Amino acid sequence: MKFGVVQFPGSNCDADAFHAVGAIVRQPVEFIWHQSEDLAGCDAVILPGGFAFGDYLRTGAIARFSPVMKAVERFARGGGLVLGICNGFQILLEAGLLPGAMMRNKGLRFLCRQVHIRVEATDTPFTGSATRCQVLEIPIAHMEGNYFCEPATLGELERNNQIIFRYVRSDGADADEGDREANPNGSLGAIAGICNRERNVLGLMPHPERAVEASLGSADGLVVFRSLVAGLAAGAGASARASGVTAAVPA
Amino acid sequence: MIDTEIKVTPQIAAEHGLSPEEYARTQKILGRDPSFTELGIFSVMWSEHCSYKSSRVHLKRLPTRGTHVVQGPGENAGVVDIGDGMVAVFKIESHNHPSFVEPFQGAATGVGGILRDIFTMGARPIAVMDSLRFGPITTGASAGGATAEDIARNRHILDGVIRGIGFYGNCFGVPTVGGEVVFEPCYANNPLVNALALGICRREELFFAKARGAGNPVIYVGAKTGRDGIHGASLLASAEFSEESQQKRPNVQMGDPFMEKLLLEACLEAMRTGAVVAIQDMGAAGLTSSSSEMASRGGLGIEIDLARVPQRETGMTPYEIMLSESQERMLLVAERGREREVFDVFHKWGLDAVEIGRVTEDGILRVLNHGEVAAAIPAHAIAEEGPRYERPIAAPSVAAQAGAAVIVPLAAAGADLTANFSRLLASPTIASKHWITEQYDSMVQTNTTFGPGAGDAAVLRLKESKRALALATDGNGRWGFLAPRLGAMHAVAEAARNVACSGARPIAATNCLNFGNPEKPEVMWQFSEAIDGISEACRVLETPITGGNVSFYNETLGKAIYPTPVLGVLGLMEDAGCALGAGFHSEGDLILVLDGLAQGGGQKAAASSADISSSEYAKTIHGIVAGLPPAIDLAAEKRLIDCLVALAADRAVRSAHDISDGGLAVSVAESCFGRDGLSAEISIDAAGAEDFAEAALFGERGARAVVSVAPASLARVNEIAAQYKVRAQRIGAVTRGEFRIQYRGAAVIQGSIESFRRVWSESLPKAIEAQ
Repeated sequence: MKFGVVQFPGSNCDADAFHAVGAIVRQPVEFIWHQSEDLAGCDAVILPGGFAFGDYLRTGAIARFSPVMKAVERFARGGGLVLGICNGFQILLEAGLLPGAMMRNKGLRFLCRQVHIRVEATDTPFTGSATRCQVLEIPIAHMEGNYFCEPATLGELERNNQIIFRYVRSDGADADEGDREANPNGSLGAIAGICNRERNVLGLMPHPERAVEASLGSADGLVVFRSLVAGLAAGAGASARASGVTAAVPA
Repeated sequence: MIDTEIKVTPQIAAEHGLSPEEYARTQKILGRDPSFTELGIFSVMWSEHCSYKSSRVHLKRLPTRGTHVVQGPGENAGVVDIGDGMVAVFKIESHNHPSFVEPFQGAATGVGGILRDIFTMGARPIAVMDSLRFGPITTGASAGGATAEDIARNRHILDGVIRGIGFYGNCFGVPTVGGEVVFEPCYANNPLVNALALGICRREELFFAKARGAGNPVIYVGAKTGRDGIHGASLLASAEFSEESQQKRPNVQMGDPFMEKLLLEACLEAMRTGAVVAIQDMGAAGLTSSSSEMASRGGLGIEIDLARVPQRETGMTPYEIMLSESQERMLLVAERGREREVFDVFHKWGLDAVEIGRVTEDGILRVLNHGEVAAAIPAHAIAEEGPRYERPIAAPSVAAQAGAAVIVPLAAAGADLTANFSRLLASPTIASKHWITEQYDSMVQTNTTFGPGAGDAAVLRLKESKRALALATDGNGRWGFLAPRLGAMHAVAEAARNVACSGARPIAATNCLNFGNPEKPEVMWQFSEAIDGISEACRVLETPITGGNVSFYNETLGKAIYPTPVLGVLGLMEDAGCALGAGFHSEGDLILVLDGLAQGGGQKAAASSADISSSEYAKTIHGIVAGLPPAIDLAAEKRLIDCLVALAADRAVRSAHDISDGGLAVSVAESCFGRDGLSAEISIDAAGAEDFAEAALFGERGARAVVSVAPASLARVNEIAAQYKVRAQRIGAVTRGEFRIQYRGAAVIQGSIESFRRVWSESLPKAIEAQ
C-alpha cells in the first residue's frame, strides 16, 4: 500500500501530508513531481494544499495543466483513490474531476481557524472508519473556500450523497444562513467537502493532515487517513491498480 | 569607464545623500572622481540603512556571545545551537517606511526579505512573527487628538499591512505565529513593521555569505531585475518623511511569494548538491550589497557583467541594475566545474540561473556592462570602510523630559472599577488580536503547538527531536519615551518572561531598534540609553543578541516616534510536551501570582501609585503618558524566569501568563478567555497605606506572572517557588461563575465573563470594519 503526494511548484502542505501519512499513519509514501507522467505505482494519491503556480489567474487553474494531472485523471477514471485537500480540492474542481467552483470567502479575507465539520456519509473510502454525523474539529486556511455550484448540480450532489463534509456548529447542528462562525467562508449548503459520483475522488477545504496529533490541537483528521488505509486494504481503488493505469502509459 | 554616463558633481553627490566629507572619501578611495554608477553604489552602501554609520559605535556594546551562540551579528542572521545537531537561525528586521508609503507591498516585502535572510543561510524558515505599531484606530482619551481622517488612514495602513503579511507568508508556506500589535499616536505617520523569521537546519548544513576560490563562477538566481525599489535603502529608509513621501511609492519593491517559495526550494536543493560555495540574498541595495559583501567577507574581489543579468525591462543602465531592489533574487558562488549541478536545480524549479561573473583575487568589485567598466571599487571599502559617526548625544533637559510628575486621579477606596476595566479590555492594544491573526496561516508545516494568542510565546515543536522552540517579541515605546534605558530593559525582560511562561528557557535574542533622526542629539541619546539597557538586561537574563537591525529616521515632519526597541527572544524547551498555554485549564484550579521581587532585591513588592502613570490604564482611561516606567529588578526577572521553566518542566502548573499591559486584572481575564465558560474569582489584600486598588490591579510592574495550579499540585508549586526565591501568592480560583475581583474585601470588578470576552474580542473587528 503506497501513498503519493503530488508536488506542484507552490504546493506548501505537501510535506505536512507526507508527514501525516508517513510518520503518523505509518504508511509508505512518496512525493510525485508535477512533471511526472505517471504515479509511480501509488495506490492512493493526495493533491496537497498550497498555492500551486502561485494560484495566479485562478486557484488551481494552471496546476490542472501539469503533466501529472493527466496521470491523476486516468487514475481517477480507473477508480483510483484521489484526495484533494484545500488547494488540491481547487485543482480537482478546475480539472473537472469534481463539480462546482470556489469563490472568495464571504468576508473577502484569508481565514485560518479551527472549524467543525460533520461527516455526512461514511460509504466512501475516505470516511469509512468514521461514524455518520461524527463532528470533526479540523483547521481551515484559505482565501477561496466559498464553494458554489449550479442548482442542478447541487441537486445531483444531494441526491447522490456526494456531500461528504459540511461546516456545522460545534455541537454538530446545521449552520444558520449567514452564520460565519460555523460556515466561515459562506459555502453553498455549508459544503466543506464533496466526492465524485463513483466516490473514489474526494476534495475538502479543511486540512485533515493538520489534525493528526492532539498536541497540535486536534487529531480528528486521522479518521480520513485511517479510512483510506482501511479502504485500500479492503480493496477500494483496486480496479485502477489492477488495470495498470498507474504505470507509465503514453497518453 | 563608460563615458556616456552623467558626470558626477558635488551637487549630484549631495542629492544622493552623501555629505561633502563622504564624497571626498569616495574620491580618496578611488583616487579619482567616482563614475555615476560608482556614486550610486557608494550612496546606497554608505546609507544609514546599509552601513549602520550612526549606530555601529554603540552596537559594539551589546553582548553577543553565549553558550548557545554559533553565529552572532555580521552574517545574514544569527545562529544558535538547539541540540541534537540542530541550529536555529533567526533575525528581526524593519520595513517601516515602505509600509507607510505602500502598506500592502511594504509589509509583504518586509516578510519576504527576512525569509531570504534565513534560507540564504541554509535553514528552512519554520515561523514568522510580526511586531506592528500603528496610529490610533479608535477615538477616545488615548487617541491623542487624532481626527476622523487620521483614524481612517491608520485603519487603511493597518489593513494593508495585515493583508500584505498574510499574502506573503500564507503563499510562501511559513506559519505566522504571533507578534504584537500596538497603537499609539506617535506611529500615525510612521508605522512600525518589524518582521522576525526563524529557521532550522542541521549545523553542518549552514551556509555563509563569504566568497571563496578565485575563478569560481558568480551565479545570479531567481527573479529578473527591474527598476523597482531603486534607492529603497538609501532614499526611503535613510531619510525622514516629508509631505511628499507618498511620491516615493516607486521606491517600494513588489513581492511575489510564489517566486520566493520556488527560490527557497531551489536554494536548499542546490545547497545539498555541495556545489555552492557561498550565497547571499539580494535585499537592500540588491546586487551591489550581495556582491561587495560576499567579496569583502572572503577578502577577495568579484567581477560581474551586467549584460548577463536577467532583466525584465529593457534599456536599464548599470546604475539602475546595481541599485535595483527587485525581490526574490540571490547571488551565489559555485565551485568551478560544478555549475551545471546548480543550473539543473534552478531550472527544475523554473528559475533563472545565470553565470554573471567570477571571483577574483584583486579585492575589487568590478562591474562591467557589455565588457565596458562601469564601476571598479575595492569591495572592502564599500562594505566595511563606510563612514562611522560618533554623533553628538544630549539628554533632553529635565523640564522637557516626559518624566515630570503627573498625578493620575485615582478612584476612592472601594469604588467600582468595572467600567474602566471594560474600557481597558476594549483598548486596541489590549483587545484580542484574533481578527488579525486568523488572516495568517499559523499552522502550515504542522509544528505550531501554540499559535497566536494561545500562549505568551509561540511554541513550535521540532519534528526532529523531543524539543520545542518558543518565540516572543516585545517592546514598549511609551516606556522607551519616558525612560529609554529602563524601557529597553523592560522590552528584553518581557520577551524573555513570555518565553519562560511558555515553559522554554530563553537562550538568545534579536533586536530591531526603531528610532528617530540620529542627527538629533536627543535621538542619539535615546539610542545610546536603549543600547545600554538592552545590554544590561541581556547579560543578566543570558540572552545574547545574535543580530537584528537598526531603523533610524522614523520621523515625519520633524516629529519622531517613541524610541521603540523591539526584542525577539528565542527559547528552548527540552520536552515539547511541557509547553504551557496562557489560558486556564479547569474549574477549581487555584490562581497564583508568582513574583520574582518578593525575596531579595531592594524594591518593595507591593504595588504603588508610581506604577500607574506610565501604564496602559493611565493612557486609556485618563489620556496620561507620564512619570517613569516601573522600576526593574533584573535579578528578580531572572528568578522568575528560572522558576517558570522549572515549574513547566515539572508539569506543576497548568497555565502561565505574564503580567504586563493592563496589569493583573487584564492578565487574569485573558487567562479566562482561553477556554469557553471558565471564569475567575480573585481576592487581593494589600498591605501598605499608599496602595490603591488601581495600582494593584492595573499596574504593570514586571517580574510577575499569573499561573493556575491543580489543588493537588499546590504544595509542589510552593516548594519550587521557594527554591527559586520567588513568592507564590494565592489570589483566587478558576470558576464557572461571574468574573469577580475583590480588593480589600470590596468587589471592585465584577460581571459575566462572557460580557468581558465580547468587549475584548469584538473591539478590533468593530473598529476596523467600521470604515
